[in-house]
Amino acid sequence: MLELDGITKRYGERVALDGVGFTVGDGRLTGFVGGNGAGKTTTMRIILGVLAADAGTVTLDGSAVTEPDRRRFGYMPEERGLYPKMRVLEQTVYLARLHGWSTAAARRNALELLERLGLGERVNDTIESLSLGNQQRAQIAAALVHRPEVLVLDEPFSGLDPMAVETVQGVLAEFAASGAPVLFSSHQLDIVERLCDDLVIIADGRIRAAGERDALRTQHGSDRWELLMSGDAGWLREAPGIEVIEFDGGWATFEAASDAARQAVLAEALARGEVVSFTREHTTLAQIFKEVVR
Amino acid sequence: MSGSSGFETRASRAPQPAERGTPRFLDSVALIAGREITMRFRSKAFLWSTGVLMLAVLASVVLGSIFGGQNEPPKVAVVAGASSVVDGNEELDGVAASDRAEAEQMLRDGEVEAVVVPAASDPLGITVIGLDSPPTAVVRALSVAPGVEVLEPAATDPGLAYLVAFGFGIVFFMSALTFGTTIAQSVVEEKQTRVVEILLSTVSARALLTGKVIGNSVMAFGQIIAIAVLAILGLLLTGQRVLLGGLGASVVWFVVFFAIGFVMLAALFAATSAMVSRSEDIGSVTTPVTMLVMIPYFLVIFFNDNPVVLVIMSYVPFSAPVGMPMRVFLGTAAWWEPILSLVILVATAAAAVLVGERIYRNSLLKTGPRVRLQEALHG
Repeated sequence: MLELDGITKRYGERVALDGVGFTVGDGRLTGFVGGNGAGKTTTMRIILGVLAADAGTVTLDGSAVTEPDRRRFGYMPEERGLYPKMRVLEQTVYLARLHGWSTAAARRNALELLERLGLGERVNDTIESLSLGNQQRAQIAAALVHRPEVLVLDEPFSGLDPMAVETVQGVLAEFAASGAPVLFSSHQLDIVERLCDDLVIIADGRIRAAGERDALRTQHGSDRWELLMSGDAGWLREAPGIEVIEFDGGWATFEAASDAARQAVLAEALARGEVVSFTREHTTLAQIFKEVVR
Repeated sequence: MSGSSGFETRASRAPQPAERGTPRFLDSVALIAGREITMRFRSKAFLWSTGVLMLAVLASVVLGSIFGGQNEPPKVAVVAGASSVVDGNEELDGVAASDRAEAEQMLRDGEVEAVVVPAASDPLGITVIGLDSPPTAVVRALSVAPGVEVLEPAATDPGLAYLVAFGFGIVFFMSALTFGTTIAQSVVEEKQTRVVEILLSTVSARALLTGKVIGNSVMAFGQIIAIAVLAILGLLLTGQRVLLGGLGASVVWFVVFFAIGFVMLAALFAATSAMVSRSEDIGSVTTPVTMLVMIPYFLVIFFNDNPVVLVIMSYVPFSAPVGMPMRVFLGTAAWWEPILSLVILVATAAAAVLVGERIYRNSLLKTGPRVRLQEALHG
């Protein structure tokens, strides 16, 4: 388990991180969500030791993360980059060797991984000759080739085409399934929502919410209902104990003051016509996000 | 996406297989240096420029032998009656001609450089005929020179001293600048392509800098050795053994001083270039270091006959790699002087590496505008 506690980072007068603390459990895909400048990249750089925190600790399985421990981390920085003139395989093997793998084993890992990421045909091409999407795949290979025990990925899905998103999702899920803590940030809230087990939401350098995705959903989900019926739903506005949020012809979303009031709405709707659907509105991550960072 | 080809589970991490160890500092340095060298050999620009430099060295040695006054004695046509003057003169190669007309024809045909004919009216009894100008070399060979004494003989021919100064100066200047620029580009490339963040999450800034400095120093050093070997071979093959004997010790000192001096310059090039994020800005940010490389080159060319300047140069760390070997060549340095100067150079180089590492480490992740020196030094 990777644990951050009380991480603070200042850039001159500006406080970039203010007492940031959260955990990334073993085998948990943890989504790290926040606006631009919220502190995601700074947090990740501190986890990797690329940046030093002014205060706070990063621990792995209860003990402080040391330099040799970090060699077993995999990292994909937000700012992408590999050596443009090196070949894909050569580059991947080089990075694995820097992490302490023997040449033969590094080569074996790299070939297997590149094959799985769909770069099997490209291993001897230089990075600069690859398409952007393939460069992204090579970048992911660079983060995984040394078989890290902890994975930290800054925006791994940005710039990927849908096919590549699928591939990377699969690789990450499989990686987490092997028991490693995986932390990844993304602006694409729909992907985070679909993929992650846990969520950490950061704004202005402070953690606003953290925990299991479903628990957060329950906690922050509004009690909002959606009705779709034939005919006009305008009568809802007059219904007792009901507050209409949005309304359009036969469709409306509303909040009910009580269960009885809601049941009354359903009975009324059935009496007035055909009910197509009557459901509790699904709380999206985007809604939770908006609510907690407000 | 699961099954046998999947990742190791974390439970298996405790006993590490032999094929994966915790890399030591020196292992990382060796890998980084190795990459620098491999990529350099893959660069066509590097191979071409090295080839051109080698050719230039070879050409200067060969040209030196051609214009170096080691020519064979001039051929002269001798008409009977004058042969007693030419025979036995080692500075002339006499060719017999039956009469003046035949001798003049040989001169016109370019077979000989001059003609010597008997002349009863001349005090020496001969006349020397040239084609389009007086054949001075032949005249000098036939002249009687008075005895000459020099009160304070110069140890070394000034012309030769100039050539040697120029040689040390240009080789230092070219190599230091070539590989200094190379290391600067390599640093900025890593910053510009952002690969540096991955590297820093894997190895320390110190390992990265050390690997780069060593990789490029090995290349620069290799080039210097290749030039030295080429020059020595050239001197041997063109029969210029005399010059070689005088140069030997100073060339060895030059190689030693260059090796240390380049490490110092490489650290400074790496540190200054780490302060910018685009390769276009390398030139301006490394200008102070480039100056440090250029100044000794001009000083040694203009002041190689000024003992005071040479003594100062031979102790100032940035010019010592040129100044001290020059003094060794001129024979004006006591045996302990190169050693003292080397100690100063080593100390300065160590300081440069420490300060350089600090600037490098503090600047690597700062992209955008040029990092201010103050900020780079204090982090």
